[in-house]
Amino acid sequence: MTVSTSSGYVVFDKVEKTYDGRVLVVKSLDLTVARGEFLTMLGPSGSGKTTTLMMLAGFETATGGDIYLDGSKINHIPPHKRGLGMVFQNYALFPHMTIAENVAFPLRVRNINKADAEAKVRKALDMVQMSDLGGRKPAQLSGGQQQRIALARALVFEPKLLLMDEPLGALDKQLREHMQYEIKRLHETLGITVVYVTHDQSEALTMSDRIAVFNDGRIQQLATPDELYEKPQNSFVAQFIGENNQLRGIVKDISGGRARVEIGNSDVIEALAIQAESGKPTIVSVRPERVEIEPMSSDIAATGRIEEVIYLGDHIRIRMNVFGNSEFIVKVRNGSGRRGFAVGEEVKIGWSLQDCRALDV
Amino acid sequence: MHSTFDQKALTRQLAAAERRNKVKAFLLVLPLLLFVLASFIVPIASLVWQGGYSDTFANALPETSKLLGAWDARSPVSEDLVKSFVTELKASKLKDPAIPTRVATVVNREQSGSVSKFKQVMSASDLASPYKEKLSALSSEWDKPDIWRAMKIVAPSFTPRFYFQAVDLRLTAEGDIKPETDENAIHLLLFGRTLMVAALVTLFCALLGFPIAYLLAHAETKTSNMLLIIVLLPFWTSLLVRTTAWIALLQQNGVVNDFLVAIGLIDNDHRLVMMYNMFATLVAMTHVLLPFMILPMFSVMKTIKANLVRAALSLGATPWTAFWQVYFPQTIPGLGAGCLLVFILAVGYYITPALVGGQSGQLISNIIAFHMQKTLNWSLASAIATLLLIGVLLLYWLYNRLVGIDKMKLA
Repeated sequence: MTVSTSSGYVVFDKVEKTYDGRVLVVKSLDLTVARGEFLTMLGPSGSGKTTTLMMLAGFETATGGDIYLDGSKINHIPPHKRGLGMVFQNYALFPHMTIAENVAFPLRVRNINKADAEAKVRKALDMVQMSDLGGRKPAQLSGGQQQRIALARALVFEPKLLLMDEPLGALDKQLREHMQYEIKRLHETLGITVVYVTHDQSEALTMSDRIAVFNDGRIQQLATPDELYEKPQNSFVAQFIGENNQLRGIVKDISGGRARVEIGNSDVIEALAIQAESGKPTIVSVRPERVEIEPMSSDIAATGRIEEVIYLGDHIRIRMNVFGNSEFIVKVRNGSGRRGFAVGEEVKIGWSLQDCRALDV
Repeated sequence: MHSTFDQKALTRQLAAAERRNKVKAFLLVLPLLLFVLASFIVPIASLVWQGGYSDTFANALPETSKLLGAWDARSPVSEDLVKSFVTELKASKLKDPAIPTRVATVVNREQSGSVSKFKQVMSASDLASPYKEKLSALSSEWDKPDIWRAMKIVAPSFTPRFYFQAVDLRLTAEGDIKPETDENAIHLLLFGRTLMVAALVTLFCALLGFPIAYLLAHAETKTSNMLLIIVLLPFWTSLLVRTTAWIALLQQNGVVNDFLVAIGLIDNDHRLVMMYNMFATLVAMTHVLLPFMILPMFSVMKTIKANLVRAALSLGATPWTAFWQVYFPQTIPGLGAGCLLVFILAVGYYITPALVGGQSGQLISNIIAFHMQKTLNWSLASAIATLLLIGVLLLYWLYNRLVGIDKMKLA
């Protein structure tokens, strides 16, 4: 099969990787990244996302398939000739150089004349709002500041592509959220193509144009954040992105895209047949916030016995027993007119068919 | 609210609480402190002392010593001086029969032939006033000022002459400083050779050790553990064994020569001389000291984050630039520590050059041992050792100025 390389800026064509010659850590990966896109590779550790990024950067060689950048094959181009900016997990600032020297490094190795280089360094430091700290050493900076410098250094030579390997992993929560917006803003103003690796789903949802969810060396689903959340294609994605109630059952029959699933004590509910086969086991996925308590009307109705009530400020989290599954979570918005909930109470609940998906086991 | 009184009480409480900990901490280090004091500080102090103090002559002939001190070293010696010399020398024999010989040996170092002159005095039975004529009757040497000048030099107990001697200078009887005669001027040559050998050994260790340390630090755990054992293996064998192994390898009928002859690279009649010279000293010392270079470098390299080099590559640096400008500067603390360690050890190395060095491979430590064991001139040995110590301290100071000792990392 030939890949039309014009279809994307970065193209992975049937890329495979094995370290030991026995187990594939990346399995026949096809992925296309458009110019100017912010694509996130999301997945648990060991899912192959970092290996994929390292193959793109040139630090790992693909043991099968081809990688294209801007129309040309880059499999055998060494990393320093690929012209990609990269931000590493622990910033990887050079400790013996000042901030300004760090940022000037990519320009220096490209033999750019001093005056031009200085102007570019200043611009890059301005861009990340760090212009005052050029004379300091990396160790004198906080984690967030170091991350900005790493970003400025990766962008100062105007790379074709920016790769980021869990760049915010070492920061505390508040700073991480702040940096997410900052990276997003930079991406929008510069229009650069970004390939971002993370295991943090909220980070992926916040920043990305599209997200590739990795597991077991394969892309499980490649979609925009909202599609990924609203319409997970399999139970791994449903489980990995956001919170999810899983009801195990057997598909009785399928008609018109709807599956009738028998759950627990011979209760039968309807669900969208996404990955379901008649007569086979399935997992029915429902988001906790899509479950209504005492609904006016609903496609699927059930009864739940409240097991636990947790007050979380903006919402209340109720664990209840539904269809014999006592791990069923319902999130109720904490409105002014909300009713009280008592453990042991039985309540009517319901949800719409659109929010209820029968997936693989 | 805190009043001043409260504050004071608080400070006292803190001091009391801290004092207990301080005493405990001090008691913990006390055994080591005493050990260091007894085995290190005291010997070094006595070494420095011994280098400037020699009382053999002044103890045996106290009055003569005083009169020699007053003599101007040019005018003829006085009858009083000669009389006191003869009587004190004769009297010293009664205390301990070995003393006159010891005194003669000390004088002999400044004026050769003095031992036999002293023997004449000791064996002459009829020495009486006028002592000057009686002595000159024994030998015309006693008329000449030379032997008396030699005695004037060795008479004072406190003297800088050993330190001058250690750097190939002589203190004359008049108190002038003159360069040592060429056939006796050996110390500066040996100091120079020692520094050169130490520098070369350090250089070779750094060149050989760097790649090994790199491999150790960046190989997989299994491989690197095995390599580390191989590096440490020499520590489990005696230094003597390691050194003598080089004799087996490098001698004229040794393994290396046999091999070169066997493959026809050299002629059987022209076997290489690789033993008992500078070459052997360099090879054996490099081998013995290599682990001291590898270990600090290894421990530093292990802490260098792998993604620094990757970052440099991703920013467009060639592999060489990434190594030289990013990786190598991170290794300086380890390299510096290794170099300092190897250099200091090499400067004072004794056994290896003594065994394999022959004539051209002898170092300053060998001459110190020579003076300790053969000439029994402990003061000169101490003076040389003290100068060596000062030299090492100077280098340490220099290193601290250039690299910073706080940056040094030993294993």
